[in-house]
Amino acid sequence: MELDFSRQLHYWWALLPEIVLCIAGMFVLVAGVSGKHASGAPEDEGDPSFSGGADLGWLALVGVLAAAMANGWLSGVHEVGNTSMIAIDGFRLFANWIFLLAAALTILISFGYVYRQRLQAGEFYGLILLASAGMMFMAGARDLMVIFLGLEVMSVSVYALTAFNRRDRKSAEAGLKYFLLGAFATGFLLYGIALVYGSTGSTNIAVIGTSVADGTASPRLLAVGVALLTIGFGFKVSAVPFHMWTPDVYEGAPAPVTAFMSASVKAAAFVAFMRVFVIAFHAVHELWYPLLWWLAALTMVAANLMALAQSNVKRMLAYSSIAHAGYLLVAVTAANENAAAGMLFYLFVYTLMNIGAFAVVIGVAEHGEEKLQIEDYSGFGWRQPLVGVALTIFLLSLAGFPGTGGFMGKFYLLQGAADSQLWYLMIILVLTTVASYWYYLRVAWYMWMRDADSYAAPTTVFSSLPMQLALIVCVSLILFTGLFPGPAIDFAHASVAGLGAWTP
Amino acid sequence: MTAFLDSIGYTNWVLHALIWLPALGIALVLASEESRAKTVAFWWSLAIMILSLGLWWAFDTSEPGFQMVSTRPWITAWGVSYSLGLDGISLFMVMLTTFSTSVAILGSFNYIRRHERAFYALMLLLEAGVVGVFVATDVFLFYVFFELTLVPMYFIVGVWGGKRRIYAAIKFFLYTAFGSLLMLVGILYLFWRAKNLLGLPTFAYEDFLAIGLTGREQLWLFIAFALAFSVKVPVFPLHTWLPDAHVEAPTPGSVILAAVLLKMGTYGFIRFLLPLFPEAARHPTVVATMLVLGVIGIVYTAWVAAVQPDAKKLVAYTSVAHMGFVVLGIFALTVNGLQGGLIVMISHGLSTGALFLLLGMLYERRHTREIADFGGLARVAPWLATAFVITALASIGLPGTSGFIGEFLALLGTFETHPNIAIVATLGVIFAAYYMLPMVQRVFFNKLEVQENREVFDLSGRELAILAPLCALMIWIGWNPTPFLERMEPSVRAVIERVEGVAQAAEQPSDELLTEEAD
Repeated sequence: MELDFSRQLHYWWALLPEIVLCIAGMFVLVAGVSGKHASGAPEDEGDPSFSGGADLGWLALVGVLAAAMANGWLSGVHEVGNTSMIAIDGFRLFANWIFLLAAALTILISFGYVYRQRLQAGEFYGLILLASAGMMFMAGARDLMVIFLGLEVMSVSVYALTAFNRRDRKSAEAGLKYFLLGAFATGFLLYGIALVYGSTGSTNIAVIGTSVADGTASPRLLAVGVALLTIGFGFKVSAVPFHMWTPDVYEGAPAPVTAFMSASVKAAAFVAFMRVFVIAFHAVHELWYPLLWWLAALTMVAANLMALAQSNVKRMLAYSSIAHAGYLLVAVTAANENAAAGMLFYLFVYTLMNIGAFAVVIGVAEHGEEKLQIEDYSGFGWRQPLVGVALTIFLLSLAGFPGTGGFMGKFYLLQGAADSQLWYLMIILVLTTVASYWYYLRVAWYMWMRDADSYAAPTTVFSSLPMQLALIVCVSLILFTGLFPGPAIDFAHASVAGLGAWTP
Repeated sequence: MTAFLDSIGYTNWVLHALIWLPALGIALVLASEESRAKTVAFWWSLAIMILSLGLWWAFDTSEPGFQMVSTRPWITAWGVSYSLGLDGISLFMVMLTTFSTSVAILGSFNYIRRHERAFYALMLLLEAGVVGVFVATDVFLFYVFFELTLVPMYFIVGVWGGKRRIYAAIKFFLYTAFGSLLMLVGILYLFWRAKNLLGLPTFAYEDFLAIGLTGREQLWLFIAFALAFSVKVPVFPLHTWLPDAHVEAPTPGSVILAAVLLKMGTYGFIRFLLPLFPEAARHPTVVATMLVLGVIGIVYTAWVAAVQPDAKKLVAYTSVAHMGFVVLGIFALTVNGLQGGLIVMISHGLSTGALFLLLGMLYERRHTREIADFGGLARVAPWLATAFVITALASIGLPGTSGFIGEFLALLGTFETHPNIAIVATLGVIFAAYYMLPMVQRVFFNKLEVQENREVFDLSGRELAILAPLCALMIWIGWNPTPFLERMEPSVRAVIERVEGVAQAAEQPSDELLTEEAD
């Protein structure tokens, strides 16, 4: 099928996965209100028909599946031209796979959590689907306005999700913090868009790219616009020094939401970041390259150093996710074909390992948000060997160890950096990786090398089917991409073909 | 024997089998009962060891390059292939690995009492990784195996080790990872150069050899690679993780660490540093630096070893001294020196491995490693004492043992090019006697005063089965090193010729390196 966007209908076809996801999200919302799930009040527990929202969870998964099918269908569709507001290219589709995977995994690990914390299942799952739809808009957008709209759909949903646990003060605090700083960052982004528009006369990134390349853009406005866009995206990917909100928000938000945020919100921001900077500002690479170089270096160094000092596992993972943003910024700095493909590959693997790690954190925390200190992991590995091995694999993968997808991802990023000859940045990357070994391995040593202070019964959270499913998917895909990365590399490589006129 | 091996196509599959059989063994061990795990692991590792013995006959001594080569594409987009090969340098390292693993497993029967299945699974994983390091001829594959060995060792030290095990494990891990990650950047640089030169991505060792790096590039890459391998060896002053790791590791962990893990570093010197960066490796300043560091390692650690009250720590420091001889032999850049270095590698694997096993046996009997707690054990445990004395003498390098051959050749090779350094290093041999012999005397001779020492029993059948082959090999190599040397020689000669040949062919770039450095 070919789409040339000559008719309104073509936009509907081009947006099919997003539309399916939005419909599914709203359907889950309505189903949540109409069913017995409305309150999640304790008296429901005796009721045999009380499901704790599990049926809504499965419903949401069906929605994700339908969107995945639409996305698969879209990969057989060709577009004519490259100036439509929505791109139908491999870059967008690959990113969509990541968002759908992240949404599905998040829903799977939320089943028990939603039940135990008595969260309103309908709203919870509905918001996850809507946020994912917003991300997909960002990934496919060829227009700065569409990126902005997608960003807002995503952000507003995630603000609500962050504050979702009304009974928890930390959650409310995190929600407010995230909302205020997020709104602030959006302001930067919007102002940047306005200046770029003022400079080039368009919000379409392909048109901006041409205008920048042939020199018709006014350089001063453009420079300020690019800087403001960098700040705006920097906030969203939580790059140092725009990361201040991240640890508190990640710590306060409900654990499944943290997993979701750290994986797919970051992925969406990076995908849009890459597309805008590679297509629109390709010609002024020299202008923003030093900016991003320092941003990447600073992020890697600061995040890894701060993570060393954390004793709360959730907070440690928050800093670790900032560190990973630093590694990914290296790819944006390099801005070449291998770097873009490496970024997609890395985001895919990162989604798996990060959500996997959070799944175990949710399980260990048991009744919500209690056991989050690293001491709570003492002897955990021997108590629950299979889950312990799974967490060890996630940690090794996050650390970028051979045999796991994390290593292949990091290697891919390094290759991209080598193509742009960012040797110093590569050295910073590997040296900060050594620092990261310390805090990842610290969890492993508590798990396997220390005995628990008192006997703790194995937690039953892991015996639920959705949780096991999520862990199995994460572990097997991480090992598969670690041992046989070929298919994923080829897919990522094909996905970025034709994205930009790559800088040599 | 050769005909039989040919008839089963031994050379076609043996290298793959030596990597994947241990990996399969992991599944077998995990599937067996907790109490039977050690037996399964031992017989499995013994079978692998016997399988690897065929290499002795199947190895073609006239071939200096890789043999038994097999290549399969692994990650085609990056030009990574799963390619294995064996030459005179890696042959004995592989055999040492399979041998030490089964010895270490047999020696751990009484020591490992907790989580046995997990322990033996990790030992087999370690074996697979180390064999992979020695037979990989794709640099990416080499790196994967090189790093992979860290994980099992980290857990072996950290879970089954002594009191300060976690500190030792993490120190070991971070030190080694620090070095190897810088090497990763170096590998990526080589990859990038090769890609631009050949027009297609490749990580093959042969392609990297053909790049033709400038003197300056060679120097930087040499530093990156040398750092990675020097931490592993360990070369003074990067050695401080080693005593900690050795002392805290459980006996089988120490054995594997000493016998094979350290060899990965010196193997890396011979396999990568010298052939890939010949100009840098031949540069007088570089050679002098490495030789001096080697000598400092020999002399300084000998003195440190002499004052250790803990016998295990003493042996750990002797490791650094022995590896100093290897570094000396390698950077003498002569055939004799390199061969001597290789023999020291084998000899050190046998003797230090045996010393750790013996100390483990003493620890199981007395639950102490303090030299002062022992005394007069030769009277109550004559066989134990005999084995210990043989091993200690081999470790010192007494003529008639493997240690002598290795150290003599290494010193001879060094003397050919750097007589002054060889003379200083020779003092190290004397110092070795100075720390080792008093220890033997205080533990086994002197007076039998302490009551607990009277109750020490002699070697059991299992322990004898561990020590007998080790001692026999030390003496055999000492009397008859020819079969070993003749298998190494073609490959060693090829390495030396590459280092020298490049220098002779291009005298000019060598000067360029000097002037660039002056800038």
